[in-house]
Amino acid sequence: MEERIRILVAKPGLDGHDRGAKVIARAFRDAGFEVIYTGIRQTPAQIAEAALQEDVDVVALSSLSGAHNTLFPRVVAELRARGLEDVLVIGGGIIPAADIPRLQAAGVAAIFTPGTPTSEAIAFVRNWFAARRAPAGA
Amino acid sequence: MVADKSGEARQQQEEIRRQKERWEQETVAGSLRRSPERQEAFATPSGIPVARLYTPADVEVDYLRDLGFPGEYPFTRGVQPTMYRGRLWTMRQYAGYGTAEESNRRYRFLLESGTTGLSVAFDLPTQIGYDSDHPMAEGEVGKVGVAIDTLEDMETLFEGIPLDRVTTSMTINATAPILLAMYVAVAEKQGVPPEKLGGTIQNDILKEYAARGTYIYPPRPSMRLITDIFAWCAKHMPNWNTISISGYHIREAGATAVQEVAFTLANGIAYVQAALEAGLEVDTFAPRLSFFFAAHNDFFEEIAKFRAARRLWARIMRERFGARNPRSWMLRFHTQTAGSTLTAQQPENNIVRVTIQALAAVLGGTQSLHTNAYDEALALPTERSARIALRTQQILAHESGVTETVDPLAGSYYVEYLTSEIERRALAYIEKIDAMGGAVAAIEQGYIQREIQEAAYRYQQEVESGQRVVVGVNRYQVEEEPPTDLLQVDPAVAERQKERIARVKARRDGTLVAERLDALRRAARGNENLMPYILEAVKAYATLGEIADALRDVFGEYRPAEIF
Repeated sequence: MEERIRILVAKPGLDGHDRGAKVIARAFRDAGFEVIYTGIRQTPAQIAEAALQEDVDVVALSSLSGAHNTLFPRVVAELRARGLEDVLVIGGGIIPAADIPRLQAAGVAAIFTPGTPTSEAIAFVRNWFAARRAPAGA
Repeated sequence: MVADKSGEARQQQEEIRRQKERWEQETVAGSLRRSPERQEAFATPSGIPVARLYTPADVEVDYLRDLGFPGEYPFTRGVQPTMYRGRLWTMRQYAGYGTAEESNRRYRFLLESGTTGLSVAFDLPTQIGYDSDHPMAEGEVGKVGVAIDTLEDMETLFEGIPLDRVTTSMTINATAPILLAMYVAVAEKQGVPPEKLGGTIQNDILKEYAARGTYIYPPRPSMRLITDIFAWCAKHMPNWNTISISGYHIREAGATAVQEVAFTLANGIAYVQAALEAGLEVDTFAPRLSFFFAAHNDFFEEIAKFRAARRLWARIMRERFGARNPRSWMLRFHTQTAGSTLTAQQPENNIVRVTIQALAAVLGGTQSLHTNAYDEALALPTERSARIALRTQQILAHESGVTETVDPLAGSYYVEYLTSEIERRALAYIEKIDAMGGAVAAIEQGYIQREIQEAAYRYQQEVESGQRVVVGVNRYQVEEEPPTDLLQVDPAVAERQKERIARVKARRDGTLVAERLDALRRAARGNENLMPYILEAVKAYATLGEIADALRDVFGEYRPAEIF
């Protein structure tokens, strides 16, 4: 049986709109992942610290307040500063298409915008790990 | 629909019922064999079963008791006797971003375009009591609303806008006393006394814990700040709506229409109780309570929701709280079309969604209305999209004809059935919340949050399974280029705000500020009304963050337990 993927769902910044974060957290849990949700109003450092303590494989960020360009790259930097090089970072929320390349360049592997089925985000994470674990020869 | 159960009326009901059965057997059955219905069963998004057909026999309404006349108890048909034949609803477009200068320009644009009331959106640091130079404000300054740090920003925000001639609604909760004090101080500088000011502060902290998230302090001191405002405004601001008890965010977080009514009115009950416990007499503050609801897509359920909320609140205020002033019984409300129904895909379709929702709000008897711009699933509205949103209201008001008579859908068997069902189901929720010890206890136990999350998750599953169709999202999709003409907030806003704070701090009397903040702290430890102290601090140009911190020193901060 494959090792369960651990995912931290996090709300950086001051945005309190956490309907999406909670729905995605639950969808990942129902899909068999181990899910930790930070709650709202987390600083990038707090999120990275939680990722370290909880030994997660994935950090999923949600922001609907327009602060993503500042906060998402900062979360990536805080993770890397703690030596969490392999942690997959994904994001979602009200994020204009024009911002996505910049976020990807900063280390956010994928951005899921409004209307994305939760199954698509789940498939993305599964495929990511399947691709990385396969060459190891299992 | 019979008022008296006189023999004749009862006989007529019976006859309709018999004839309906006959119709089902003779006419419908054959039709169903040839072409079955699209679904086994139909229901509203709240889960209220929807029958094939409604007749007078399906509606248990006593006209005089349950509907009555507009402007009279129980206000099912509206709070004004003539409704939109007299005055149209206030077209109040929620706006604000960047600095006070930029938002001031947008307000003047909206006023010139025919909007009839202002609605101020504040950025998150302002809403949560952080100055723009606070580390927690990083990335958020000026994003979802305007950044306000000191009285100087507020002076700029309303420059050239005579505050005795517009009404202003402010979406502000945990820091509502501070922003209200700033508004009063700006008006004073314009020569307008507080008793001449009209408008609304949201000031509804309970839904922040349950759904929206901009709380600062724990529930108990937060409730004190709210009742302090009730008491202060009763004396000084007779035309000000001291609270806007909000279902909107509860709904946006995923609640159904029934839950929206139930949880909002349960919060309303908690505020009334808190004010009574603070020693206020119900008829001194209840006439200034106002409400705020969402308008979603399910047209008839939404119309019925507004009517049911009005009737239920009137009954609660009169029967439960013994209010005697008819104004205390009236549920007056603002409506915003539902942001969560907007799609990022084929965004122009949102204009149609907004039209349906706005029409439901008008047919439901709203006092004011915000229509969303079609691009809001992507970014803040541009001037162009904001104008289309406003034009949608103007077309409804001036071209559709729905304004010419009061409550035109009353007597629709379906609408009356839904109105009664929503009232009955919401009341059942309220009784459950009462049994838990009221809304504050229900929120502390996570009950309301769980109910909302369950509904949100159910909805998402229905969309993903295709059971619920969202045009352009899970059906009728097209390949499309991402839109490019989106509003971008200038990233330099934060830097400009930081400079302004530094400038104000250098200029003001620092000793006076410290004294007034100390006085506020002392008062917060006691039982005095805090509004006069906050007003004094604001006038000395204490920053919003300094005032919020003074209260944090005394009240502490709220830390929720996270559940999903």
